[in-house]
Order: sequence, then C-alpha cells, then structure tokens
Amino acid sequence: MCKLDKSFARLVLFSLTVFSAQLTYAQSTQGSKFPGIGRNATPAEVIAWDIDVRPDFKGLPKGSGSVAQGQVIWESKCASCHGVFGESNEIFTPIAGGTTADDVKTGKVASLADRKQPQRTTLMKVPTVSTLWDYIYRAMPWNAPRSLTPDDTYALVAFILSLGEIVPDDFVLSNSNMAEVQKKMPNRNGMTRNHGFWSVNGKPDVNGSSCMNNCVKFVQIGSSLPDFARNAHGNIAEQNRLYGPYRGSDSTKPPPAKLPGSTGEGLAHASDTHSQNTKGPAALFKNENCSACHAPNAKLVGPSIADIAAKYQGQGGAQEKLMAKVKNGGAGVWGAIPMPPQSQLSDEDRKTLVVWMLSGDK
Amino acid sequence: MTKKQIELIAQDISAVEKPINRARLVKAPEHFIPQELIADINANGLDETRRGFLRKGFFSALGGVAAGLLAPSAFAAGEGDPAILEKQEWQTTLGKNVATMPYGVPSIYEANLIRRESPGLTRVSAASVAFTPLQGLFGTITPNGLHFERHHQGWYNLNPETHRLMVNGMVKNARVFTMNDLMRMPSVSRTHFIECGANTGLEWGNVAVPTVQYTHGMLSCCEFTGVPLKVLLEECGADLKKGKFLLAEGGDGSGMTRTINLESCLEDTIVAWSMNGEMLRPENGFPLRLVVPGVQGVSWVKWLRRLEVGDMPWNSKDEAVHYIELMPDGMHRQYASIQECKSVITTPSGGQQLLDKGFYNVSGMAWSGRGKIKRVDVSFDGGNNWRTARLETPILTKSITRFNIDWVWDGSPAILQSRAIDDTGYIQPSIKILRDARGNRSIYHNNAIQSWKLDSNGEVSNVQVG
Repeated sequence: MCKLDKSFARLVLFSLTVFSAQLTYAQSTQGSKFPGIGRNATPAEVIAWDIDVRPDFKGLPKGSGSVAQGQVIWESKCASCHGVFGESNEIFTPIAGGTTADDVKTGKVASLADRKQPQRTTLMKVPTVSTLWDYIYRAMPWNAPRSLTPDDTYALVAFILSLGEIVPDDFVLSNSNMAEVQKKMPNRNGMTRNHGFWSVNGKPDVNGSSCMNNCVKFVQIGSSLPDFARNAHGNIAEQNRLYGPYRGSDSTKPPPAKLPGSTGEGLAHASDTHSQNTKGPAALFKNENCSACHAPNAKLVGPSIADIAAKYQGQGGAQEKLMAKVKNGGAGVWGAIPMPPQSQLSDEDRKTLVVWMLSGDK
Repeated sequence: MTKKQIELIAQDISAVEKPINRARLVKAPEHFIPQELIADINANGLDETRRGFLRKGFFSALGGVAAGLLAPSAFAAGEGDPAILEKQEWQTTLGKNVATMPYGVPSIYEANLIRRESPGLTRVSAASVAFTPLQGLFGTITPNGLHFERHHQGWYNLNPETHRLMVNGMVKNARVFTMNDLMRMPSVSRTHFIECGANTGLEWGNVAVPTVQYTHGMLSCCEFTGVPLKVLLEECGADLKKGKFLLAEGGDGSGMTRTINLESCLEDTIVAWSMNGEMLRPENGFPLRLVVPGVQGVSWVKWLRRLEVGDMPWNSKDEAVHYIELMPDGMHRQYASIQECKSVITTPSGGQQLLDKGFYNVSGMAWSGRGKIKRVDVSFDGGNNWRTARLETPILTKSITRFNIDWVWDGSPAILQSRAIDDTGYIQPSIKILRDARGNRSIYHNNAIQSWKLDSNGEVSNVQVG
C-alpha cells in the first residue's frame, strides 16, 4: 500500500509538472502562430520604455516644477541653443514669441493668419501641452537626451509657458493642473484634421488638368533662380557626371554664350573627377601622396603604417626620429628602396602625420 | 577580416585609385609601379633589371599623362580617335585581383554623385537632410549609399544583438522581440518609394534651389524586406477594433515618435530590416525601421524599438509642431500623411548642360502614395502641348515608375514639364492650383508639376510657370 501510495504520489507529481509546464507554455504562446518567437515584456521593461504622454495625459508621471526652477535649468541646459528667453533663431527655430493674451483666450494664434509674425515659434504652433512635456522628457537636452527628471521637465515646461505669458511667473506646474493649463494653450484650436491626407482613401483637395493640346494661352515664367544664387549650392559641374549626354553647368562662371558642341569643349571631363575633400591625418596622408608608397596594413613600396607603429611602439624619441626621417628621407631600415625627403611638409603637418602613424592610425 | 581592416582597405583603394588630373600640374604619379614589381622587389631586392623597370615605369606614367592631355580634341585632325588607335593602360597591363575591394564601391568616375546638404537649409548637421542625387540615377531603385538622409538627433550604429522591439498598449500581452526573433518570422519583400513630407517644400513660395537633387532629392525607392506589421500585431493579440492608432518609436536620442493610422496603413506596413538585399544602412535605421508605403518618410521610424497600439493619436512633437501645414486662414493641417501623385524629369534637369542639338532620351520618375502610376505626360513648351511618355515596367503600387520619352531638340528655348496620373484618376497639379488651395506657407506636400527651362546655350534651369 505504502509502495502504491508512493508511485501514486509520483504519478500525481509528474502530471502536475507536465500540467504546469503546459500552463507556462500556454501563457506565452496562447493563440500564437509562431511558437518560440518573442516573449512577454516584464512590467519593469514596459515602464522603462513606455514614456510617451498623450494629449489626454495618459502616461504622465506624477511630479511638479516651478517657473523659477525651470529658469535655472533652462539657463544651464537649454539657453545655449534656444536663447535665454527661448527667442534664439541661431540653431533651432524660436520657442517663444508671437502669441498674445487674446490668443490664450481664443485658442487660436492670430498672427498665423495676419502674417505679422515673421517666423512661427513653437508656442504659436503647439496645440497640446502634453507635446511639450513628452518631447522635452524624451529628447532634451539635444546632446544629452533622457537626462532630465520628471520634476525637471515640469519646471522647464512651466518656464516655457511663462515665456508665452500662458502661466504667471510664480506658477508651479504639476500632473494635477496640466489639464487646466491645456485650456490656455494659445493654439489649442488651431489644428484641423479635415483633409484627405490622413487616409489612403481620403479625398484630395485639388486636381490637375489632363489637357493635351493648346492648353494655355501663354506661358509665363513666374519665378526663376536669381543670378546671385547661381553658385550658392557649390559648383553644379562637380555634382553631375563629367561624361554622358548631360553635364553640370559650371556655376562658378556666367552661363555660356553658345552651345558647347558634341565634344563638350570648355567643359570639365571625366578625368577632372575629384574624390571628396576630407580632413584629418588620414586625408593629409592621402593628399600628400604618402599613400602612394605606404598603406595602412599592407607592405607596398614602403612599410605599412601598422608595421611602423609596431616597430616603434614604446620607444623613447621615436617621434623625433621619424619626424627627421620624413623631412630628410631615409634608407636601409625597411628595404632597398630609399624614401625621398618630404621637405614640402610644414612642421605641423609632419608632426600630425608622425603622431598618427605611431598610433597605428587610431 | 575585422571591420577596421575593411575600412583601412577601402581607404587604400581610394588613395591609390585616383584619376589623373589633366587640368592641373600633376604631382608625383602614383599609379605607375605595377603591384607585381612591388612584390618582386620586396621578395628579391633591387637589382639593375628591376631598377630599369622602375625607370621605365616613371617614363610611361609621364607619357600616359601627355597622351591624356591630347585626347579630347585629337580626334578631328588625326587618323581617328586616339581612344581607339592608342592602347590604354587597362588593355596592356594586369588588372586588380578579385576581392581587392571586399565591399565594392562605385567607379572613381562617379565621385560627383553623392548625397549633399543644401547650404543654409538647416543649421545643425545632426538634425539635417542629405539629398539623393536624382540627376544621376537610372531606373527606379536608389543605391543604398545614395538613399537620402534625414535625422532628428543624429545617427548611430545600433548593436543588433542588443536591439529589442517591444509591442505594448492595447495588446493581450506586451511582447519583446529580438532581431533573432523577428528575422525568423514570415517575411515579405516589396518595393516602395519613401519621400519626406517636406520634399520640394523649399519651392512653395518661389524657386529656391538650382537642381533636382535639392528640389526632389528627399526621395528614394528600395526593395524592403521584413515582417508585415499586421502579422506582428496579431501575434501580440492586438485589439484592432478599438486600437485604431499605432505609436512607432525610434531608439535614437530623439526617441522619434509618430502616430500611424492603422485603418489606412495596417495592410501594407512592414517592420523591415532589409533594404535592397542587404541589411538596412545605419543612416536608414539599421537594424529595424518601419516601412509605411505611401506615407511621408517621417513616419517610417528608424531604429524602431517600440510599437504601441492605442485609441487616439499621440500629438508627438513631429505631429504637433512640425509636419503640420499652415493654411491661408491660419489653421494648420495636422496628420496630413499621404504623399500624393507626383513626377519630375530627372534628365535633363536644373543645373545640367546639354552639349548639342539633336536626339535626347528625356527621363524621369513618377510615384503616388495612393496607388500605381497610370500615365505620365511630358510637355516641351511650358505646358501648352503634351505627349504621353513610355512607362517602364514593372509598375508597382506606392513605388517609383520610370518614364522615358524621345525628343529631338532643335536648339530653341524650351520649358520641360512632366505630369503624372495615378490609378485613382488623380492628376498631378500645377503650383498655381496648389497655391490657390493652400497658400504658399505650407512647407509640406508640394507635389506640383516641375518646370525646367532650357536655353539655347544648352543650360537647364529651375523655373516656375504661372
């Protein structure tokens, strides 16, 4: 009996194990077409990544920040790009400006229609305060995104809103009064989704003409590039093939007086192709033609950079020794072919090249 | 071979492979000592014979330069074309080994055709645009290295081993997928165009830029491979009845977020890892990006790390401050996403120079975010008379279609235009029609007919008609 009990218990345990394993399996692949692919996210993982804040404030973490706190953070982390008052147009478009007390009442920024404001600022456009909070928290500062706390973010949003006189200077913004602030956003009524571009089946707002012959009474050129802008995008000749039916116009010169003719006389040719200019020691190495005899890893006429770096690694005075060799030329260290003197190099370039070579092109 | 080595070899090649510059004083000739002689000297040292070869090498290199100088104009006077009568270096010497370039690069003679920024357009290169050189492309596929770039906070090489895609929100279970997981799933490969909503946006008010690279170069077309969005969402048990919206989020510093309209985009959106047969390029979202056919490029979120199903749009920064279109009444159109039917003649195009009168193959691209291209017409007289162009096949939905038309230029001034019609019957409008409806401050979704003026001196320039 005892023995039977034992085997019975074993059987029960076995079935339980199988059952619970099946349960776990079912949890992760219930309705799955692709068993073995993917896994459930842990709650902590979802919290770590799901940081978005919607216009209905779903996702907004608890916290608060004052205009005064925001100003301190702004001046240390934001003003260098956006200006002390969010007015800067140097690096990004301005944050504040162009909104009025009347806009705060109506929810539609008047200067967007009357064109009195030369440039649209963020506060003139943004309809939802959640947008500011979400973006600053997820992506600012520019060079250190995700470094602000929720409280920092509340403070910065409060400061920006104060620049637009949407909230007073002593305001404290928090998760509990965001909805009230939303009712004051100056362009909250300035967006329309009444157009045919949201859905592939939407109705277009315009349509062209399919006329084939005698479609217009006269052709008038309404706009063309002014002469002073001819070369503003660099020489167009260097932005096209230098062979084939079409060349680029040489925009460094006035337009040609006549057709060049089939030989392309006076135009650049394929052999004028330049590789793009680059900077730094590697480019210097290339431009000074060192690379004609030395390659990074392979032995050509002279030793490779890697070999030079390895040979002189840790040797005192290696830099001075090589700088002299580059200047005066040398022979006998690496093989029979002497290296010619490179007296055309400035001392500075010579040093740059030698330091770079000794580092093994690091 | 390590990554570093590959980079170094690429540098070696570009250093050695440089065309001889006829127009300037030639520095020390670089390419005159055959590799075999180098190997020989390295192995056996330098004796008189080999010294002789070296001297000869110098001499023939100089001779080659001299002959080159004469080449362009020598034909008329002599017995014939020196390109035929004289032996070229590549006919008389041994070429390079296989896998000299383990990852191939274009000919050095293609060096002019590269992505370029438009000076003054943006002030920070990490949040800027590099335009595709459409003036030099053929067919419909954009080479991966020339795909346009638009980043909002710089680009990175993300480590595919630690890259994750999370699907959460209105789903039965929030799920996490690795690249191993995703690339095991059933995949599709489809060719689609991607166009930035602001493409041609500089030209709403007036002509602003000289060439098609800058007017239309935020346009590319590739074959993308990935798992259909619908497959992935269904696998996660998404509530697609209530959840009509999808937030796509990128893994870059901007944490790029865009709302996708699932009612419109669920059927053909792809969670893609491949572009033109290889993995996505880092600048284009390696290892994972969203492909939303027909919708403006900003929604094709790169470095895709999260998809959230929801019941309302998110109003993210790039859908509430940017990518909104200012109308004359001061209202902004929000969530205008579809790239409507558009076309442009790419050759000849602004900034190009025709050499002579006679026959030309006029060629361009047409595309529609609502379907397939049905017809393209071309005018040579500023829109008064039109002829229908040949469409190259296959004609795919929400993809670029190449068109060509024969033309004999008599040398008199002309204005070239193309207009496309898609299979919904929509006809590409003139800039005047667009301005009448939307004003000139909209920035986005300018799909106007492009005009190129050809002068009798053979120069083509960007103009607007009407």
